[in-house]
Amino acid sequence: MADSDKDQALVRLFTQRESEILAEWVSTLNLGETKMTLQEAESQGRAVLHALGKAVAHGNHGDMRSAEYADVRDVLHAFSRNRALQGFSPTETATFILSLKRGLLGQIRKAAQSEDAFDLLWRVNQLIDQLGLFTVETYQKTREELIARQSKEIEELSTPVVKLWDGIVALPLIGTLDSGRTQVVMQNLLETIVQTEAEIAIIDITGVPMVDTLTAQHLLKTVSAARLMGADCIISGIRPQIAQTIVQLGVELNVVSKATLADALALALKRTGRVVSKLKAKSLPALQEPAAEARG
Amino acid sequence: MDSIPILKIGSALLVTIQVDMHDQLATRLQDDLTEKIVQHRARGVLIDISALEIVDSFIGRMLANIANVSRLLDADTVVVGMRPEVAITLVELGLGLPGVKTALNAERGLALIGGVSAAGEAADDADDD
Amino acid sequence: MPTTTDTLPITSGDDVVRVRQKVRVRATEIGLSLVDQTKLITAASELARNTLDYGKGGHADIETVLGDRRGVRVIFRDRGPGIPDIPQALTDGFTSGNGLGHGLGGARRLVDDFDIQSIVGAGTTVTIARWKR
Repeated sequence: MADSDKDQALVRLFTQRESEILAEWVSTLNLGETKMTLQEAESQGRAVLHALGKAVAHGNHGDMRSAEYADVRDVLHAFSRNRALQGFSPTETATFILSLKRGLLGQIRKAAQSEDAFDLLWRVNQLIDQLGLFTVETYQKTREELIARQSKEIEELSTPVVKLWDGIVALPLIGTLDSGRTQVVMQNLLETIVQTEAEIAIIDITGVPMVDTLTAQHLLKTVSAARLMGADCIISGIRPQIAQTIVQLGVELNVVSKATLADALALALKRTGRVVSKLKAKSLPALQEPAAEARG
Repeated sequence: MDSIPILKIGSALLVTIQVDMHDQLATRLQDDLTEKIVQHRARGVLIDISALEIVDSFIGRMLANIANVSRLLDADTVVVGMRPEVAITLVELGLGLPGVKTALNAERGLALIGGVSAAGEAADDADDD
Repeated sequence: MPTTTDTLPITSGDDVVRVRQKVRVRATEIGLSLVDQTKLITAASELARNTLDYGKGGHADIETVLGDRRGVRVIFRDRGPGIPDIPQALTDGFTSGNGLGHGLGGARRLVDDFDIQSIVGAGTTVTIARWKR
């Protein structure tokens, strides 16, 4: 059997038996354990098979990096990237592609002549190994991008200053405050005070696990600097054990403090001459359209 | 010798410091202000330092002195527009300017002087909360 | 490796202003952040005034430092009476003049490097530096 005949056998396998291959492939996937539905598995499997069939029909089934495989790479890239972003494990991702072997081998067993079966098996094996490796590589790259982006986001998010109301800003602190970060936090807060012309700044430390002498001093400095600029600070969310620590450390936290961010906001509103009151039930504005049956 | 202009707005005096202060200028400003507070029966003094790139203990002392003298003459002093980097530096230096009122800008500062009674009410609110 | 040094006399209040301006130029050139610039200039202003008030005048050497660490260094020298008890002079609230007494201790908190040498009867030298982060 000549090489071209063997190629033809492979091409026939994909073109004539696509639906059988797909059916056997999908049936071997243990879908119950993955987060995939049957339809998803089928449509993605079909896309892979289709691209693969075209690539093989172009006469090349050895080198996945060749131009004929551009479609295959695109399909696998999109698939793998998607899995990575949706939080599938690398095993789940690769297993899906590697399971294609079962579908292909099953059809080879049924269709192929005994003498060329081994050769075909070998070719299919090599092809699928390449697909699997490509998938894992793409998965890995996507995860790395994701991690890099998340660390940057965390950095940026670590010191957000949010405007709660006209003239009222809040700085919700989360995590440990070292002296470098505190300096960034302090500058951020003071600059926001200037930009938003806020007269009251609430520093919420609900998310701060512990406060040592240095942190307490940094907080106090921030409060003093804000006062020099003409803004008042309220500290909220001091945990009981932090309150004890501060007293034991002998740091005089001589600032207005409130138990919760909500209490601090209430005080801030009051100080800026605003009242929060409850409306009567009748005059409550609807948040959603009332349901049809309620109207009738 | 040059001097810093003092503007009268209602019952308040407004001083905008824009130049790098040296000793004579600071002394002259204190003298001029004292005179004008009495002359205009001013209830408040606004000192706008938003143009100042640094405030050292010399300027800090001048601001505190003006506030103390004004208080004796029954006028409030409000320092307005201190820049964030200046505020951070002053705190690190150990100068909290006790006894000096502050505001973000001249408008708020004027409200603070004009509405002495309103500010007093707000303080009461904070206490009984 | 320091570059050229600006040497300015400190014999009047105007000289203190000139020292500040020169330090600002150097700090901006080397790219110190706004807060770092402000801290360094304020420290220089405090020390220049000390030189004038307690050291009976002197001069300041201002230099840019390049190399592993980049920053601005300022050296204040006077031939005044000197400081007999340096630790005490560095304590907040201590003053031999009639200031608020934040000069030396406060200036030290505003810079990265701080060194003071003083000989009673011969004079005082204070060196400060702030480095680019």
